Amino acid sequence: MSGVRVLVGTRKGAFVLTSDGARKQWDVSGPHFAGWETYHVKGSPAAPERIYASQSSGWFGQLIQRSDDGGKTWEQQGSKFEYDGVPGTHQWYDGTPHPWEFARVWHLEPSLTDPDTVYAGVEDAALFRSVDGGQQWEELSGLRDHETGSSWQPGAGGMCLHSIILDPSNPDRIFVAISAAGVFRSDDAGKSWRPVTRGLKSDGIPDPEAHVGHCVHRIAQHPSRPDVLFMQKHWDVMRSDNAGESWEEISGDLPTDFGFPIDVHAHEPDTVYVVPITSDSLHYPPEGKLRVYRSRTGGNEWEALTNGLPQSNCYVNVLRDAMAVDSLDSCGIYFGTTGGQVYASSDAGDNWSPIVRDLPGVLSVEVQTLP
Amino acid sequence: MIRVVLPAHLRTIAHVDGEVTLEVDGEITQRSVLDALEASYPMLRGTIRDQSTLKRRAFVRFFACQEDLSHEPPDTPLPAPVATGTEPFLVVGAMAGG
Repeated sequence: MSGVRVLVGTRKGAFVLTSDGARKQWDVSGPHFAGWETYHVKGSPAAPERIYASQSSGWFGQLIQRSDDGGKTWEQQGSKFEYDGVPGTHQWYDGTPHPWEFARVWHLEPSLTDPDTVYAGVEDAALFRSVDGGQQWEELSGLRDHETGSSWQPGAGGMCLHSIILDPSNPDRIFVAISAAGVFRSDDAGKSWRPVTRGLKSDGIPDPEAHVGHCVHRIAQHPSRPDVLFMQKHWDVMRSDNAGESWEEISGDLPTDFGFPIDVHAHEPDTVYVVPITSDSLHYPPEGKLRVYRSRTGGNEWEALTNGLPQSNCYVNVLRDAMAVDSLDSCGIYFGTTGGQVYASSDAGDNWSPIVRDLPGVLSVEVQTLP
Repeated sequence: MIRVVLPAHLRTIAHVDGEVTLEVDGEITQRSVLDALEASYPMLRGTIRDQSTLKRRAFVRFFACQEDLSHEPPDTPLPAPVATGTEPFLVVGAMAGG
């Protein structure tokens, strides 16, 4: 019988939540890497028993873990993330030059075809790749060496490369997103990059329509339509129909267009999910009501999904990497909160229930659909 | 034989309980002890000192014989009781954060 495995990264370790296809009864294992921040855990599409995890600590630095048995056991891999060449500087919060300094791995993106190849998005923003299962890491430095690199600035959470999309129809095309630089695209497998940000507008930066400087929170793509991208920006929900060449706003009737995650239904490329958050200074849902919003029209027209979600006194946040979808016939949607809840819907968002309520603050949620 | 006490998280990473004992050739210094530690437990590389610069991580401290040796140059000889194995070399996670 088919099933799902939900991979949860939290501020104090990783958890693996498993269920059969009904997604009613859940087995919870963890904490793995107890006491360590686990920014991201993600399985290989090419070999689902292989899972990569980013484990980090303000005291003891960055570790990379790998499981080859679906998260039951883990083996430490290499963690030498060394910028290529002389790293130079980017802009600090006050506009002064600041040396590029590795802090942590925010996001791990396993290759779509090779279980030994995995990409890492790191803070300070750069893209690394391992081709030996996570033992050695090499920077794809064409990104950081882009002519705008020295002008990139951190967002409030640090200058993180948090989104990596490997185009399923074109192995040479990669999208990444950086807070607060923008979206970049490579069409030569990561050697060279250019910003794809036309149409983004960000009040509060010197030129609201600049090529770089936009605080992109998350980008998402449906694999059947790889030129269509959705974006949750600091403010504004955006859409591109041409692989990022231009963007248009699709915030429409959302109660607020600030938020962090965005994701796409597994079988309906125009069905999109966001979690509106009050504002950049109030990182909790409007009116204390936790509502996922769904658009079935590719944006602009949104409906609130509330069944089973707290509708009073709820002041959690949902972080950018903390939403995922499974690919069962009735698409499952999952998200985790800074309050430690992981909610699941097995009917595309119509009804929700918590899988767990009291984990440490959730940093990331990924899901694997198992045969 | 050099005795090293690791903080709990690093004992977990290294799969050890209690003190670690090391054979260290030559002069007993922070550098030679940490070199020997990382050679025996390569999973600790990068957790105590930077893998490239070999600088101590900011929130890791070194104590021995009731002295804070964190700011000593890495090639300074450690106290004699550490070199003879009478006292351990302590790797400590600084008290910071929650």
